[in-house]
Amino acid sequence: MSAVLDNKSAPVAAPLHQASPGLWTLAWRRLKKDKVGMVSMVVVIFFLLMMFGSWAGIIAKNWSKEVGVSYANPAFMAGAENLEGVRKDDKAEASKVPYVDLSDIDPLAPRYKEWEERTAKIKVTETPRADTLLFGGDKWGRDVLQKAIKGAETSIFVGLVAALLATFIGTVLGAMSGYMGGKVGDALEWFYNVFTSIPYILLILAFAAVFKRGLDTIIFILAFTGWTGIYRLVRAEYIKHASREYVKAAQAIGASHSRRMFVHILPNVSHVCLVQLSQHVVQFIKAEVILSFLGLGVPVDSVSWGTMLAEAQSELVIGKWWQLAAAGISMAILVTAFSMLTDSLRDALDPKIK
Amino acid sequence: MDKLLEVKNLGVKFKLDGGSIFEAVKGVSFDVPKNSTVALVGESGSGKSVSAMSIIRLLPREQAIISPESEVLFEGRNLLKEPEDAMRRIRGKEISVIFQEPMTSLNPVFTCGDQIAEVLRLHMGMSNAQAWKRAEELMNEVGIPNPQLRMKSYPHEMSGGQQQRVMIAMAIACEPKLLIADEPTTALDVTIQKQILDLIAKLQASHHMSVLFITHDLAVVGEIADHVVVMQNGDIKEKGPVKQIFENPQHPYTKALLSCRPSVESRPKRLPVIDDFMSAEGLKPIHKEERKRGYADGDQIILEVNNLAKHFQLKEGLFKKRDVPAVKGATFKLARGKTLGLVGESGSGKTTVGLTLMRLHDATGGQVLFDGVDLLKLSEKDFMKYKRRIQIVFQNPYASLNPRFTVGQILIEPMTIHNIGKDEQERVQMAMALLKRVGMPEVSFYKYPHEFSGGQRQRIAIARCLTMKPDVLICDESVSALDVSVQAQVLNLLQDLQDEYQMSYIFISHDLAVVKYISDQVMVMSEGAVVEVANSDDIYLNPKQEYTKKLLGSIPKGWQETAAA
Repeated sequence: MSAVLDNKSAPVAAPLHQASPGLWTLAWRRLKKDKVGMVSMVVVIFFLLMMFGSWAGIIAKNWSKEVGVSYANPAFMAGAENLEGVRKDDKAEASKVPYVDLSDIDPLAPRYKEWEERTAKIKVTETPRADTLLFGGDKWGRDVLQKAIKGAETSIFVGLVAALLATFIGTVLGAMSGYMGGKVGDALEWFYNVFTSIPYILLILAFAAVFKRGLDTIIFILAFTGWTGIYRLVRAEYIKHASREYVKAAQAIGASHSRRMFVHILPNVSHVCLVQLSQHVVQFIKAEVILSFLGLGVPVDSVSWGTMLAEAQSELVIGKWWQLAAAGISMAILVTAFSMLTDSLRDALDPKIK
Repeated sequence: MDKLLEVKNLGVKFKLDGGSIFEAVKGVSFDVPKNSTVALVGESGSGKSVSAMSIIRLLPREQAIISPESEVLFEGRNLLKEPEDAMRRIRGKEISVIFQEPMTSLNPVFTCGDQIAEVLRLHMGMSNAQAWKRAEELMNEVGIPNPQLRMKSYPHEMSGGQQQRVMIAMAIACEPKLLIADEPTTALDVTIQKQILDLIAKLQASHHMSVLFITHDLAVVGEIADHVVVMQNGDIKEKGPVKQIFENPQHPYTKALLSCRPSVESRPKRLPVIDDFMSAEGLKPIHKEERKRGYADGDQIILEVNNLAKHFQLKEGLFKKRDVPAVKGATFKLARGKTLGLVGESGSGKTTVGLTLMRLHDATGGQVLFDGVDLLKLSEKDFMKYKRRIQIVFQNPYASLNPRFTVGQILIEPMTIHNIGKDEQERVQMAMALLKRVGMPEVSFYKYPHEFSGGQRQRIAIARCLTMKPDVLICDESVSALDVSVQAQVLNLLQDLQDEYQMSYIFISHDLAVVKYISDQVMVMSEGAVVEVANSDDIYLNPKQEYTKKLLGSIPKGWQETAAA
């Protein structure tokens, strides 16, 4: 009896409060099914972790230490001849010179002994230089692998921050131009047209020539020359959405212009921005490499994939290919993974167009 | 009677995104006799179009699976087993199709003449000159005036009705034995719909062909069909001669479909809905009581519109602008708790009136007096107070709700903007109460619009307006995109809300039967001008203007004994 009563008085299942899947949850579910996308994402995340690790000083902290002989061979080709790797202070080589006693005409001769005693008191810790490094060494005997990791930090950082900045500029201007139209739209269109009529590389070189070298300069240059494509796309999206009924409905309930622009329409075009963002990260990483290669990029005291490639130019002539390989391969892997991730993202966010 | 087409045990399944299978058609069988018209009737999702498209194998091959026991016998040949190139010869020649949207079915970069002539060259092996000459004859036959000139017109230079005529000319060009018409008149105005229906009926008789007519509108069926097949959820509920279906329907679903749709003749207090017929307890009593409509003398006028005008500026060339009048001086009054119906064909300016008087468009001239205040003269800031008192429900429930907002966000936003409710918690409570009021479960609060059907979304849109407790609600074709049964539910809801809150409605629609049902007064518009304003009973019984008479004459009457005789 009591059991029956209990059954009756048991509370009805509480109303389901968990939010139902929105755009992002659904997109994530679709992305999870995409094997290529997931592998690419793992690779990208690995690179990002590497960037943070290097930035925090956990890995590749001693990239600038000269730990190996000049152009140390990679570990997997230890036996190869390395003419540049012979140490200049080799005792055997020095002893070959015939000894000539000049002590009677040398005015400093009496003090040699004293100086030798004094030098003996100073402790010199000569780091033993390795003949081989894991992935070889550069001209100064720095570890190429560590250099590549440190270079990745610079390159990815520049690519990410510049892409974020460019997407922000492109989205805000595109939203204004597309939503408001009229005079504001015309003015922005003119600005855009004039801006894009200047050859892209020339524009970058002009900026680079005016400002001093540095990371901030290069980010600024890339962002301020790269927003145009995003602007055009976002503008088109806003024109499309501004006439949609849900925006009219928002106007009818009294939502202000900025509310309609950023609260109502922006979430509906955010997938476009996201895909553009990741496309531009790839583009800007490549642009940074080109700039550094041309000598307009990062300052001389830091390293990026671009400066590594620039150094590799002269090394290739004497057959030292590993610096080129390290920078080239790591960049190729990241850029390919990032591009494929972008593709998968686009498919996941916009399943209707495949 | 000879059978032209026999469909036996047709079953169609679709592979869905998540790998699941959706059964769209569950083994249906029906015949199309020679020289007759068969109508496939059903609401959206009933599988009527899928059935028709699988006859000529036009379904997407990757997703659609036709079950192995299905048979489609066309003059004894099983079309499902024919090789693809044989099918290509049958399509267009023996069986041809007219689609719903003429604008998207015609290729915009070729002239209409080219497109008709192409069919003739491909299937009949005619020379260019022969094909062109025959195309001209066909244009003449489907009633396009001045065919010689129109042959060289591009699709966009023609009206929707004329485009549909071109489609029909292409379809009958090769003298097909079977014409499949997939909702051919749904996108057209009622006067044009009448003409096209007459044309199809005339061609069917003169060419001795059979027509498989797919529609959701039973009234249209009554005018054109000999046999009717009623479908619901992939099953056939009832089939039979048109007389039997209309006079003595057997299946409750058929009965429901017949009575859900408001008719011009009667106006019950509540429209019957599907559930009244399909419920387990059997037939519920149907409300036969009639509702009285019309403005009375003592009515308080809440909205007075004088000479409202709206002109659009079209750019011509680089600097020139052309003035296009969309509304040429509309004058009307709206009483509290009453409904003003606005009818007219597409392009008549009825929607523009609605949008202009709530300032979603800038008016070119005129006055909108709301409680004695001219809304058009107010500054943006002063107008804010009035904004919440006039609200609008749009036509397309799929477009009018922001897809990135949950229903809760959609309902709470207007309250936040207008400071209704003292805090978030009270607003949530109010939103929940309103959801219940419009017949939605409270769980909907946490869901996104894409999880709901068209009718449910329209309820959400109505609830959004109700959050502001408006005095005037503009319904811009609000029920036009809905199925008949859902339409009846939403119309009942609107009526209940009017009775409860004493709201006034401006009900914009091209559907004259719906307007007659819901309106106290009706305003007929044509080409931006007001043709006639009168109490709805008066206007439907005694139309004064020629245009109104023509409009009312085109309403499909359904099946009538005289029509069959």
